Amino acid sequence: MSSDQHHHEESFIQKYIFSVDHKTIGLQYGITSLLFLLFGFGLMMVMRWQLAYPETPVPIVGWLLGETGILLPEIYNSLGAMHGTIMIFLGVVPLAVGAFGNYMVPLQIGAPDMAFPRLNAASYWSYFIGGVIMLSSFFMPEGAARSGWTSYPPLSIFESGQTIWLIGMVFLITSSLLGSMNIIVTIVQLRAPGLSWWRLPLFVWTQFVTSFLLVLAFPPLEAAAILQLMDRVAHTSFFLPSGLVYAGATVDVAGSGSPLLWQHLFWFLAHPEVYVLILPAMGIVGEVLANNTRKPLWGYSSMVYASVFLGFMSFIVWAHHMFLTGMGTAMSAFFQTTTMIISIPSVVILTSFFISLWGGRIRFNTPMLFALSFLPMFGIGGLTGLPLGIGASDIHLHDTYYVIGHFHYVVAPGTIFALFAGIYYWFPKITGRKMSEALGKLHFWPSLIFMNGIFMPMFIQGLAGVSRRMYDGGEIYAHAQDVLQWNEFMSISAFLLGAAQVPFIINILISIFNGEKADRNPWQATTIEWSAPSPPVPHLNFEGDVEVYRGPYEYSVPDAETDFLPQTEK
Amino acid sequence: MSDNDQAHIQEHIKVYLTVFGALAVLTVVTVLASYLDVSSTEAIFLALAIATVKASLVAGYFMHLITERQTIIYILCLTFFFFLVCMFLPLITHTDHTAL
Amino acid sequence: MQIPYTIEERPETGLNNSKLGIWVFLASEVMLFGGLFSAYVFLRLAAPEGDFAYWGSKLNVPLATLNTLVLISSSVTVIMSWASLKLKDFEKYKLYMGLTLLCATIFLVIKYFEYTSKFHHGYYPSSSNFMAIYFTLTGLHGLHIIGGMIVMTYFWLPAGNKLWHTDPEHFTNRIEIAGLYWHFVDLVWIFLFPILYLL
Repeated sequence: MSSDQHHHEESFIQKYIFSVDHKTIGLQYGITSLLFLLFGFGLMMVMRWQLAYPETPVPIVGWLLGETGILLPEIYNSLGAMHGTIMIFLGVVPLAVGAFGNYMVPLQIGAPDMAFPRLNAASYWSYFIGGVIMLSSFFMPEGAARSGWTSYPPLSIFESGQTIWLIGMVFLITSSLLGSMNIIVTIVQLRAPGLSWWRLPLFVWTQFVTSFLLVLAFPPLEAAAILQLMDRVAHTSFFLPSGLVYAGATVDVAGSGSPLLWQHLFWFLAHPEVYVLILPAMGIVGEVLANNTRKPLWGYSSMVYASVFLGFMSFIVWAHHMFLTGMGTAMSAFFQTTTMIISIPSVVILTSFFISLWGGRIRFNTPMLFALSFLPMFGIGGLTGLPLGIGASDIHLHDTYYVIGHFHYVVAPGTIFALFAGIYYWFPKITGRKMSEALGKLHFWPSLIFMNGIFMPMFIQGLAGVSRRMYDGGEIYAHAQDVLQWNEFMSISAFLLGAAQVPFIINILISIFNGEKADRNPWQATTIEWSAPSPPVPHLNFEGDVEVYRGPYEYSVPDAETDFLPQTEK
Repeated sequence: MSDNDQAHIQEHIKVYLTVFGALAVLTVVTVLASYLDVSSTEAIFLALAIATVKASLVAGYFMHLITERQTIIYILCLTFFFFLVCMFLPLITHTDHTAL
Repeated sequence: MQIPYTIEERPETGLNNSKLGIWVFLASEVMLFGGLFSAYVFLRLAAPEGDFAYWGSKLNVPLATLNTLVLISSSVTVIMSWASLKLKDFEKYKLYMGLTLLCATIFLVIKYFEYTSKFHHGYYPSSSNFMAIYFTLTGLHGLHIIGGMIVMTYFWLPAGNKLWHTDPEHFTNRIEIAGLYWHFVDLVWIFLFPILYLL
């Protein structure tokens, strides 16, 4: 790039829409994914209305569902499938990796931008197109996909709406691949002078491992998506066995395929995907904890090793989702063992976080509250996963509400709380203004209470044997009768959780314009991004050259003048 | 560019042409080998062995992997391991079902 | 703004950004084809005895052998075009790059005749699992050929190769990266050829 381009004025479109600046792209990712999170949450609230008050007209949005305003079973299935898809592939991953990864990784390693700025923009726009395709599927004559976010064949081969889902997924996968390639190269190549691997903040480490998971685990799902597309469009039978009967007639295909092939390829991605969701969240929590306890993270290097090991192991545990497919005992035993092993690094990380709190002078500001509540919430999510990882207990719990409770504890009050912590923590860096503490606490406490109000009763229902994905919530089953009353409780908690997000939205909108002004380091933090101006210089980030002299968390160093020593100060 | 580099590239070009010859020969060999009267296991082994040799030639010389940096070698080793895991998947399913 | 290590190498890794980037991308491609190869093995093990060999015998081995040779030749010409740039011989570069594109076109034309003759005989992806995986694998490989051709055509035409006159090293670097991708496409075919046509 020649030097005269450096000075030329950018048009509005270059600056805000087709920008190649990682900060603009990060913000685009952030805004889009937050809107998708809200939308996915809205889908779930409509479903929860049906579960609490079966076959009564849905208020407010009922007119969208047809004349009666009652949620019909096929639309219930669509909402379920799309809730999962949107929350994972359009909400949490783009927010954690696209938004935070894009915005913060170059800043935290002292780089002017990502290694490939244009590829970065391509990644966002590919995500955007994928999102538009997914949303538009609601308005297609076929309707949105209704085979669950896992899209198990043979159902997914015959149900309508799946083709458009697969095409949308191809765009989303492409976006993730481009984005994570970029993050890997950026971290390896663009670290500022002096920033050795062992001086990287935990967040950068977790983004690095996450990117490897995305690069290596997503392509097999892309392969599986292509095969499923062939099954639907070209009438092949990759996933259809011979002599399959559907709707009372034998299906006329060549046969000798297997639905198991899909499950293997799908979970080969989707288990590492779980760690894609949780690792960046752990990184954010690490940053916020170290800053607000004013002491170094306890066991930094063991947490790094644990993250890497977690990433590695996540590739060889996938079949614990498949204990009920008639797998042999040898294979079940193998995958049970690896699943038990993978819980060790998670426990190492969680324990290190808890020990990090010991003896700290904790500042209970909003980011810290969210980060602190991540610890027990993720703990519950993780520990309830153990019975699912053991074949014998999984036979009872498989596909019940217990599973829903388990993974929502990991992702909703776990990952999403950590992402909230990140938003409150880095907001001053991005906008130059702090968010309101009062509104922040008004956001945090109800969110924490109602999250538990939604997901805790799911364990009760699940242990009683109530299956997931049922339109009537299990009303027709005798074994569900004793626990059905929880449905209304959970649904009301969900609606109140929705209301609890209002202070958050107001807080963002008000603070952008009227928040308390923040200087470049409002939290007295040590990592490199805080030595850049708030907001950072467009296209350059830092005013001068960055040089790094110390590790990431030098808080309360004995004999130092201040209780924090920034990485960039001698 | 110095004369030394020029000579270096000329050396490389000779290697490329040799590798090209080897690949062409191996292509013919693998086709001929498929007409041999051997069991299917042996045929699979033979065909994959030849393909692996050809692939190594392409990766090693055309893609310069034999002189490539450590970082790339590490990434490829990691990828190869997960590739093996991926290939392991149909095999375990198969043995699982036949053993039952 | 200048991104560090776009052209020159980072001393610590000995790599520039695009070299590392293309290898990470190729790693993901290995896993993409890995998923499909594993599907191939899965279906082959699940198929009735001799089913894959029976359907495989419907394919045209001489044409595929010719195609293999064409693709290997294109791999050599693409690396020769890079070597020509290293030797500062721009005219030779254009010749070799043109030859690469020609080879790629020949490959696709032969593939087209193969496909149409299959359709002509009534063999479609839905005919059997072998035909399904055959069309999927070769079709995806064909898409990779087309993708590579688009990029290389751009570098061949004046619009793409004007960078040579302002920043020759950067341009040489781009050709090397495009070449790495092209060799990978060749490498995939080296495995596709025996498993689909010969076994």
